[in-house]
Order: sequence, then C-alpha cells, then structure tokens
Amino acid sequence: MSLCGASQPSTPGRPAHLTDRHPAFAGEAIGIRLHAARLAYAGTVLFDALDVRLEPGATTCLLGPSGVGKSSLLKRLAGLLPADPDDQLRCDDGRPLAGRFAWMDQRDLLLPWLDVLGNVTLGARLRGVPADRARALALLEQVGLTDASGMRPDALSGGMRQRAALARTLYEDRPVVLMDEPFSALDALTRYRLQGLAAELLATRTVLLVTHDPAEALRIGDRVHVLSGRPARLDEALIPPGPPPRDPTDDQIRPLHRELMARLGVVRDAC
Amino acid sequence: MRVRRIATRVLAAALALVATWQVAVWVSGAPAFILPSPLRVASAWWQHAGEIVRHLGVTVAEIVLGLGCGLVLGVVSALLVGYFRPARRWLLPVLVASQAVPVFALAPVLVLWLGYGMASKVGMATLIIYFPVTVALLDGLRRTEPGWLDLARTMTARGDGGPRHRDRIAVLRHIQLPAALPAFASGVRVAASVAPIGAVVGEWVGSSAGLGYLMLHANGRMQIDLMFAALATLAAFGVALWFGVDAALRRLVPWQADSFDSMED
Repeated sequence: MSLCGASQPSTPGRPAHLTDRHPAFAGEAIGIRLHAARLAYAGTVLFDALDVRLEPGATTCLLGPSGVGKSSLLKRLAGLLPADPDDQLRCDDGRPLAGRFAWMDQRDLLLPWLDVLGNVTLGARLRGVPADRARALALLEQVGLTDASGMRPDALSGGMRQRAALARTLYEDRPVVLMDEPFSALDALTRYRLQGLAAELLATRTVLLVTHDPAEALRIGDRVHVLSGRPARLDEALIPPGPPPRDPTDDQIRPLHRELMARLGVVRDAC
Repeated sequence: MRVRRIATRVLAAALALVATWQVAVWVSGAPAFILPSPLRVASAWWQHAGEIVRHLGVTVAEIVLGLGCGLVLGVVSALLVGYFRPARRWLLPVLVASQAVPVFALAPVLVLWLGYGMASKVGMATLIIYFPVTVALLDGLRRTEPGWLDLARTMTARGDGGPRHRDRIAVLRHIQLPAALPAFASGVRVAASVAPIGAVVGEWVGSSAGLGYLMLHANGRMQIDLMFAALATLAAFGVALWFGVDAALRRLVPWQADSFDSMED
C-alpha cells in the first residue's frame, strides 16, 4: 500500500482507509473566538478586553516582543491558566475546545524513560486506549524518524527531539493545534526544514503559532498578527500571498517582513 | 565488566583493611581479647562456620523482610500523601513528628510487643527505613516537570468538566511515578544501608538468634575472635546488599544519566 507523500495536500474525498493514516486532518475544521480575554499576572495586566479570532483551517501566527503575553494567551486557550470569569472562549460549532486541540511547547517535553514511539503514543496511554502503532510509525516516517523509533530521547539531537514532539502532536489528531515557539531552540537550518514540514503536516487544521520570528510567521502563517503594548492589543492580520511553506526571501514576502518589523517597533537601518 | 571492576575494587579495599588491621595488631601489641589478629578471626570463622551461617541466615531474613515491608509501607504512604489532599494535611505532620522519636528508643517496646522472635527485628528494620523511603518518593512525586503535567492535561482534557479520577491515576502511573523513580532510588539506597542497623539493634535488645545475638553472646563469653568473625560477616553482607540494590536500581532507571560514570573515563 502506498501512503501519500508528505507534500501531497489532503483531499476530503480520499478513501476512508487512508484517512486514518494520513497526517493531514480530514475532519471538520473549527474556528475559535476568544472574546474579552483578560489576564493579570503578579499585579500587571497583560491583556484586557482582548479579542482573538482563529479562522477555521488556517494557521494564525502571533508575533510580539517577549513578555507581552503571547505564551500566556496560548496557555489561556489551552486551559493551562485559570480563566478570568468574564472571558469567553467559543468555538464556531458551540462545543467546548477542551479535548479538541493538541499542544506543542518550545520544550519538547519528551519523557526520558520512553522511547520515541512510546512518546508519540503517550496520549493514547494516558487516555487508556490501545496505541495505534501503525499510525505512529507512519507519522515518524513523515517526520523522518523511522530509524529512531526505538531510541530514548537522550540519544537524539535537538532537531530530532523536536521532530518527535511534532509527531506526538500530530498523533493526537485534533482539529486545533496550539504551538508555542516550537522551533525557537533549533539551529537555523533545522528550523527551516521543520517549518516546511510543519506547514505541510498541519495544513487544514486550525493552528495558532506563537513565535518571535517574523520570518517564521511569514513562512508558515496564513494570517499574521502582532501583539503589543500593555495591556496588549492585537493588530489587523497581515495575510501573506500564496500557500505555505513560503520562501521568506521571495520578492513578494520581503516587504511584508519589513512591515512586520515596523509593527514590532524596529525602524529600518539607515543603510 | 562494570561488575568485575567493582568486585576487584571492593576486594582490594577489603585486603587493605585487613592489612591495616594486622599492622595495628603488631604495632599496638594489643592482647587477643582486645583486638584479635585477622588470622585468628579467620580461624574462628572457620571453626564456627556452621553457627555463623545459621545466624547470618536469620539476620538476612530479618533485613530482607524489613526492607520489603518498609518499601511497601513507604510507597503506599507516599502515594496516599501525594494523591489525596486530606492525607497530605493529616498524614504528613504525623509522619514528620514520628521521626522526633528516636527509632532505637522504640526497640525495647517492639521486643515487648512483638516478642523475642524475628517479628520485632523486622519491625525495627521496617521502622528505620520507612521514613527515608516515604520522603524520597514523595519528593520525587512532588517535583514532576510542570510541562509534562500540562502536556498530560491537554491530552486527557474533555469537554465535560474537570479532570476525572481515572485521568489522575493515568497521569500518576504514566508520568509522575516514573518521573519520581530516580528520587525513589536514592531513598532505597539509604534504606539498604540502614536496614541492617535496625535488625542488629533489635537483636541486641532481645533475641535468641541472628548475628547481633551471636556478637553479644560471644562478647559475654570473651570469645572476641568469634565476635569479630560475626562482625566481619555482617559487614560483608552489608556491602553485598548495597551493591546488589544499587545494580538493581540502575536497571530500574536506565535513563538517569550518571555523571560519575562519564567522569571516570
């Protein structure tokens, strides 16, 4: 049986037996709106009355200076921070978000006592359902870790560890993926490759990607926002042309990079 | 090869100790009823081999049973305290307060309640290792990497309300417990080194068998060479127990890097 290649876009009309094995999400994409979000941390109001919209099936990137509250906003969506009673988190279909998203952190959070395959299928073990070994192996093939499936994390390089974390995120097979600077700890080349891989594997899901890197946002984002100020505000989305992954050195993309730098408060060098 | 290297070193250390002992006997000229020479002790061991092995068997049984009971009790208490909030509030202070009573002072009470047989010694060994094991595992359970718990929370989350009992058990079993194993292993190492103390103290207070009993008895009859033979046997068993437990624990937590290993190259 030939599995679809990583670069092939998903099509909703695929035969059912392939849907299960293909990393691209085949279910209904959901849009999310966080309304009137408020978060105070140690007496500082990070954001107040903030509205965030995640379009269904799109990758929304969130840029901003460090400490502005990007990660907190993501954690709020993931239910990892206590929510203010006034905020409203709504999915377009009216059902709760809990249980319908996968979370990927800047740290790979691999468990050192499990091998790569065990880490990828951790969610199944926690939920007390049998692990789908075949699907996990297919995902490991997609991220290029077939040979490492039996290795423990301490034997892997940083790039391999983050790819394992990506496979674990995809194994969850959720319609929404929340990613907090997933590639920031990697070297430039590994990061570039992983961004391309992630853009392909995450297509059709609703994704929020928090990053500090404008080039990353332009490479894989469908909609790019800048969060800035205190309390933080979200600006109008920048929508880069063409499907991701994009080449940040492309002539169409470079002006957008300049624009984002300006929104982030960096004035162009005089030369 | 690790095992052979360690065995060689332990043997060399033992030989050096025996040589020092012999030199001390020569230099001090101490009479045999104060400090018998190694040779004398060895011949006493040989003469009384049957007796010593029989008493060793009793002491080993006490230590192993005490270790078993102490580990089980310690693990159960740590899990209760770690998992149930009321247990944390009520059991933890009791646990700490119990350590204010010197365990040795309890030995006569244990003998009074549990008799001269093995039970009081097992009880003594259990008591002495219970606290280090409980505290070590509890510390390990308490220091789970918060990111792992966050990850588990997103993986088990459901739309129908708060975290369920089954999820907490799954997180405990698949994340918190394995994560606590290195800390627990430290507690077990301490336990393996102090369990013999419990058994021997118990034997001293009142018993009819065991190496502690044999030592006390030999001392009373001025069989100092036999007393030293029993002591050497106890020491040898203590060392063997520690290395055995250490090897088993290394196998239990193979992912835990040992920085000493890498420094030895």
